[in-house]
Amino acid sequence: MNISRRHLLILLPAAAVAWKHVLAGTPEDSPNYQMSEHWWGMLIDIPKCIGCGNCVRACQTENDVPDGFFRTWVERYHRTDWHLENPEVISPDGGKEGFPVVQAGEEGKFFFVPKMCNHCADSPCTQVCPVGATFVTPDGVVLIDQTYCLGCAYCVQACPYGCRYIHPTKKVADKCTLCYHRITKGLTTACCEACPTGARQLADLKNPNDPIHEFLKTHTVQVLKPQMATGAKAFYNGLDGSVR
Amino acid sequence: MSGLKDTGHLFRFAGLFVLAFLVFLVVRSYVVPKTFGEYGHYRGAAIGEIASRPVKFAGHQTCETCHTDIADTKTKGAHAHVNCEACHGALAAHADDPTSVTPAKPDTAVLCARCHTASAAKPVGFPQVDPADHSGGVPCETCHNPHSPVIGSDSGASTAKGGAK
Amino acid sequence: MSGVEGYMYPNEVTLYWSVLIVLYPFITGLVAGAFILASLERVFRVEAVKPTYRLALLTALAFLLDAPLPLQLHLGHPERSPEMYFTPHSTSAMAMFGYVYLWYLMAVLVFEIWLDYRRDIVLMSQQSKGVMRLIYKVMTLGSSNISERALHIDDKVGWIVTLVGIPSAFLLHGYVGFIFGSIKANPWWSSPLMPVVFIFSAMASGIAAVMLLYMATTKLRGQKIDMRCVDTIAMYMFYIFIIDFSLEMLDLVHRVYEADESFRSLNFMVHTKLYFSQIVVQIFVGTLVPLILLFLTQVVKLPEVVRKRIFVLSGCLILISVFAMRWNVVIGGQLFSKSFLGYTTYKMELVTREGLLAAAGLTILPLLFLWALVKLLPPWPDKSLHEAATGD
Repeated sequence: MNISRRHLLILLPAAAVAWKHVLAGTPEDSPNYQMSEHWWGMLIDIPKCIGCGNCVRACQTENDVPDGFFRTWVERYHRTDWHLENPEVISPDGGKEGFPVVQAGEEGKFFFVPKMCNHCADSPCTQVCPVGATFVTPDGVVLIDQTYCLGCAYCVQACPYGCRYIHPTKKVADKCTLCYHRITKGLTTACCEACPTGARQLADLKNPNDPIHEFLKTHTVQVLKPQMATGAKAFYNGLDGSVR
Repeated sequence: MSGLKDTGHLFRFAGLFVLAFLVFLVVRSYVVPKTFGEYGHYRGAAIGEIASRPVKFAGHQTCETCHTDIADTKTKGAHAHVNCEACHGALAAHADDPTSVTPAKPDTAVLCARCHTASAAKPVGFPQVDPADHSGGVPCETCHNPHSPVIGSDSGASTAKGGAK
Repeated sequence: MSGVEGYMYPNEVTLYWSVLIVLYPFITGLVAGAFILASLERVFRVEAVKPTYRLALLTALAFLLDAPLPLQLHLGHPERSPEMYFTPHSTSAMAMFGYVYLWYLMAVLVFEIWLDYRRDIVLMSQQSKGVMRLIYKVMTLGSSNISERALHIDDKVGWIVTLVGIPSAFLLHGYVGFIFGSIKANPWWSSPLMPVVFIFSAMASGIAAVMLLYMATTKLRGQKIDMRCVDTIAMYMFYIFIIDFSLEMLDLVHRVYEADESFRSLNFMVHTKLYFSQIVVQIFVGTLVPLILLFLTQVVKLPEVVRKRIFVLSGCLILISVFAMRWNVVIGGQLFSKSFLGYTTYKMELVTREGLLAAAGLTILPLLFLWALVKLLPPWPDKSLHEAATGD
């Protein structure tokens, strides 16, 4: 297909203007984004995940995640029969380059589970931070102020989901930011953008038109470690009982 | 009360505390960031700082602003919900300056295999093949249009190319 | 992934809290324990332990001054640590601890030492020369009132400070226990017993430390060890250690009986990764052996030489056991995965900022602080003030 030169002359400036809009502004000042109008979460649809690792790679690219540490990762579970308590789990390099092939005929059930920060409404990591370097924004995203963090790693210990780490060179805590710099501009997160099957979808629980509301009505969803009562906002469809 | 007569030293010690506390308050007023406490127990300005980090993935809406023909082809095919950058990588730099930054063409041998290599771990019903058996080394785009991959569903293999010239 | 067995969440493979974080509760524990020993005489009128009163206070101060250092070496940004005082997060045990530490240092320990030593400080400020004279003068805060009435008031106020100091010492070390005990994400740590276990093991270790220091310094000064004092200290050490052991056994029995979802993983960890440090060192060698030895001294009349040897051995073993307990809690809590499906390995480095040498150095440093404090404020009752004042 060819875009003619004339067509291009019209399209390019329009695209440039649109792009500038995309890049503009701080959320609390921007007339387009009001924090109080949003309450962010994520929907993860297990039966759709194919373990391709696109999300892990996209997150690393978008957020300069250092090698060996993960803001998001994918686990592959192998549950043999009724043994819910001890599944076999692997996550080679966080699933970044996918997973080894499983030959047909293997016993038991296999499935993939993307993991990430659950952006807990009652976040235990926020509770233990001694200085207020990690916090829940008014729109429900748990963020880290890396110019204020001491690097004590108390928050890393307090997270039940293992989603935090200490950045090896910055020496401060780091984790998934729900691509805050994207969602406040009307974009979706890098992981959702890169997911080819729609297994990951950003959800704005305060937006009445968000598809999550319909989804929550028609599917059975769970959060990870519900007994911790963290108010986790990463909702999993089709989560097996063996998932840790 | 006459007892206070020999307690001067205790007041001096207490005075040290008071002095230290006052110094602490003064230093604190200088050192604590101005936006601290704006929304909660944290530096309010951090929200804006985090929100203004650079974007590396343009997002498919931006791609579709220019690449309308590709977008049209895609919406009718099996890859309708596979976003552009899922295969083409992060291209905000290209969207920002389309003529200077030209994306490299993905290597289908690696790219397609990532998702479509058959594995019993993948959901049943997801299209998957053994790459060696399936095509015997022939590049995927020989038969499949990546933007509408089901054979026969679209105008054919030669419409794979889609850059703005 | 090297050193990983089974499955660990990818970010869990590295341990973030190193041997320095093991050292920190050990040191604050010694502080609390030393202070409790001092309060035995001051508040509970156990006159037998009076020879160790001043030494116990100086020991507590020496270790308290050292305590922040492992934390500073551990922090990614130690230069930001004042933030804990300027913007403490009230829901964070760690932040509140910063204030408890400061309270304990200034309003309890330094205040009490100053009150007890004030007469000596004033005299030394009048009798010494040069730099030392200036130092002592500053320490008098400009008051040279050592009249009988002033000293009597000091004594009364000091009594109140010690009284307040006892719950403060419990708060100091109980808070450290709570820092771990309140983490619901970690089943090895999360327990209401944690602060209590920490307090009692702290007391045992602090008392053991002061007892050993008293015996060593007395020997070095060529003086005779007051056996009535040491026998009494050892008795308290024994009973407190029994309580500590009982609490730890209660925790163990409770875990084994309830066998919740974490049990299988933790049990395996104790039997493999923590076998040496927990079963061998902490429990058998570090707890059962000293308990049996000390029990003997309580029920059988043994000659002085034998008792001295038992006390020294038991004291050392108790210190080792309490350190091992901190190790098993801190390191053990990070060796297993929160998925309960795997384990990692602690690769302790040697010469880095958080390595073994740094830890060893920070353990020896408080002894240097103590040496300096003993020189500055001699705790020995028999040394004449004139002699003491002519120090460097």
